[in-house]
Amino acid sequence: MQLINLDKVQLMIESFKDEELYLHLEMTTGAYASHIDSSKHPAANFITNARIKYSHGSIAGIGPYRVGLKMADGWIYSEGLTHWEEQETGRLLLAGHDGQGKLVVSLQLSREPF
Amino acid sequence: MREEREDVMAEQILVVFPHPDDEAFTVSGTLAKHIDDGAHVTYACLTLGEMGRNMGIPPFANRVTLPHVRKIELERSCEAIGIQDLRMLGFHDKMIEFEDQAHLDEQLDHLLKELRPTIVYTFYPGFSVHPDHDACGAAVVRTISRLPKEEQPIVYGVAFSKNHQQVLGKPHLLNDVKEYLKPKMASIEAHRSQFQAAELMGSKKLEDEEIRERYGTERFWIYPFN
Repeated sequence: MQLINLDKVQLMIESFKDEELYLHLEMTTGAYASHIDSSKHPAANFITNARIKYSHGSIAGIGPYRVGLKMADGWIYSEGLTHWEEQETGRLLLAGHDGQGKLVVSLQLSREPF
Repeated sequence: MREEREDVMAEQILVVFPHPDDEAFTVSGTLAKHIDDGAHVTYACLTLGEMGRNMGIPPFANRVTLPHVRKIELERSCEAIGIQDLRMLGFHDKMIEFEDQAHLDEQLDHLLKELRPTIVYTFYPGFSVHPDHDACGAAVVRTISRLPKEEQPIVYGVAFSKNHQQVLGKPHLLNDVKEYLKPKMASIEAHRSQFQAAELMGSKKLEDEEIRERYGTERFWIYPFN
């Protein structure tokens, strides 16, 4: 993955607007968080291949970045995004990696199921 | 004649772990030694670790490519150890504890009936930290407990939760694998997206006392049926 290019990601977000999409959204501290450091609270969630459609969306911040997607009845939000996959054209893969390179958060959009 | 006898005597070993790389630190030296002694090893890996957080440094994998990357890493790790038979069972990473138990147990039961192993390596349920580890070990012992007593293989469990020694006591089996550090380190290094081998090893060589101490012993607890 590469460091996020804000303008290019914004263009992709716009290109997916008003389309039926598959969403993968995830955040995790890692299953070993409290094993390694008992003061840490392990938490994670993910939803994969949820069908969504948004009418308006953008990427914000100076990095790590935030993304917000406005749907007819609600929002999709993600914070802490650092990387994207620039070779991908038909889908948008965004992820946030911490200082050790571990994935903390991801937001992915595609016209086909993941 | 000698070869023939070895075939007949060959120990059948089944290893069941949920993630590619679970074998590397825990059991790879032990397996390399078994294989050296003529054993046949089947490794049933429940998932492709597709929800893993490590993508390499810098990240050369992503959430979409990770299962493919880790599948290749798993195959290389098995080659390094000498494992003859790798089965990838296709379950979803992180979801083992939520999987349909009848479905999961059936897959394991098929393997046990097909291979008739005398030894099984898995995670010791309840003492293996990651929910997938505990659920994997639980499924293995649950399935084996349904076999007739005389068909039950011995189960060596890997345990590493904070309280494991308090409850389970000292390891029942302490395998010295210092002679097998080469395949073991090659197994660890095969999982390139997960472990930065250079980071683990630093400038140390396999001969270094610290490496030999750290990786030279593998510990197991025998699961008590009944």
